[in-house]
Amino acid sequence: MTGSVFDIAHMLAGGLVLVSMMMLYQDRLYALLNVFALHSLVLTLSVGWQAVIQDAPHLFVTAAIALIFKAIIIPVVLHRMIRQLGIHREIETVVGIGPTMLAGLGLVALATVVMLRVTPSADPIAREDLAFALSVLLLGLLIMVTRRNAVSQVVGFMSLENGLVLAATGAKGMPLVVEISVAFSILIAFIVIGVFLFRIRERFDTVDVRALDDFKGRRRK
Amino acid sequence: MISALFIQALQMSIVVLLAPMLTGLVRLFKARLLRRCGPSPIQPYRDLIRLLRKEAVIAENASWLFRAAPYLIFAATWVAAALIPTFATGLVFSWTADLIAIIALLGSARFFLALAGMDVGTSFGGIGSSREVMIATLAEPSMLLIIFTLALVAGSTQLSSIAAFMTSPQVGLRVSLAIALIALIMVAIAENARIPVDNPATHLELTMVHEAMVLEYSGRHLAMIELAASLKLLLYISLIACLFVPWKLADLGAGPLAYLVGLAAYLAKLAAGGALLALFETATAKMRVFRVPDFLGAALMLGLLAALLRFVSRGL
Repeated sequence: MTGSVFDIAHMLAGGLVLVSMMMLYQDRLYALLNVFALHSLVLTLSVGWQAVIQDAPHLFVTAAIALIFKAIIIPVVLHRMIRQLGIHREIETVVGIGPTMLAGLGLVALATVVMLRVTPSADPIAREDLAFALSVLLLGLLIMVTRRNAVSQVVGFMSLENGLVLAATGAKGMPLVVEISVAFSILIAFIVIGVFLFRIRERFDTVDVRALDDFKGRRRK
Repeated sequence: MISALFIQALQMSIVVLLAPMLTGLVRLFKARLLRRCGPSPIQPYRDLIRLLRKEAVIAENASWLFRAAPYLIFAATWVAAALIPTFATGLVFSWTADLIAIIALLGSARFFLALAGMDVGTSFGGIGSSREVMIATLAEPSMLLIIFTLALVAGSTQLSSIAAFMTSPQVGLRVSLAIALIALIMVAIAENARIPVDNPATHLELTMVHEAMVLEYSGRHLAMIELAASLKLLLYISLIACLFVPWKLADLGAGPLAYLVGLAAYLAKLAAGGALLALFETATAKMRVFRVPDFLGAALMLGLLAALLRFVSRGL
């Protein structure tokens, strides 16, 4: 029984890292959003499984928040936003897919090495969850760094937050209040970013953040 | 010993007899998904017989290599396909049925195909060969990484042992195995020149890879090459089936009933694999040739990631 408990937790958390890598590979916005929805769905399953094995019913609330907000509402709203902004055919990455994935792989290696070194005495599931969560977090940062389009940066930010939730549920005993406030602050951030997106677009006729750099007078070579 | 030899011989004949059927089946599934009627699944056999009867036209400046290559390619692919446990494990040659040996056989077949493509000196053959080698330089390392992952998990590179390990309860759900499966499917698509990478049904000069290399062949030589291509498709589907769904594989010395069950399961797995392939090909568009390195690079990264995660889960 413990074998299969560990296996399913391992599979779901590892699946989250895999889906993060898939997000690095996508260069179309709609595809990126669909993969993000999948990312949140895997997170929901992972958190739900943690709720079952830790016998912690409040984690089901976390899972429900992840499912409703991140797997359904945010992707749908972003879909609509992309359509309104008229950028659904844009392709953009700062670096090519190959180097990005290589960097992502390096980050996963870094995360696992660091986490396994610093937590030798913890519970195996928690250790592995933390290692995977740190990988997801770093991959989310990488997505934000390698994209020029503000919408895909938002998606990177949301996937980073998914990594945080994974870490929080892996470590036993995060209070529900904290979880709910984190979820809502993310939602607020999302709304603010959405407003900003439209403002940026109004002003510069694009959501490519290079326009902002030019505006500040710091030109890229 | 005699029965083991008999099983091995049966296996060798089964793969070569079923291969055109699988190709025909994939074509039929694809046609049906596109709401076309499609040729009967035994059409590839008719094509092969027709090609064997026809006269082989050979270019004036073709060397002996051009004539020998089809047989070499066919032989190497056939041996590789015969080494994979399709319906029974513990074949006579299973001590050579090493995954690395199978990759080496396929690699040498590809080497001769690329040479034959360049032999006559037409531009199409050259294009095809250079593209094929470009794909191979990325597909082979990914394949090796997948093998390393599997070998680390199962503790062996021998197919029979890996299949036995996969059916045992100690394997469990491993995310590195899932990643290895995805990477293996990507490599298999690229290796068999299926749709996102190459279209097997086109002769459009901008896109073709495999067809460009074999453009100069005709008659019995073409028949050999076509049969080798079908065998390769069968080989990859059998490989995936043997590694990741090795259920109902008969052990050596099991009764005839176990062999029959194994055979039926194998046929079902092949049909399912063909149907999934057809579904996937219908749902995706062909990618530009310059996107192929990205696609295979992703397979390579997944292979690396699988090996990496394997170390994580072992370190716990």
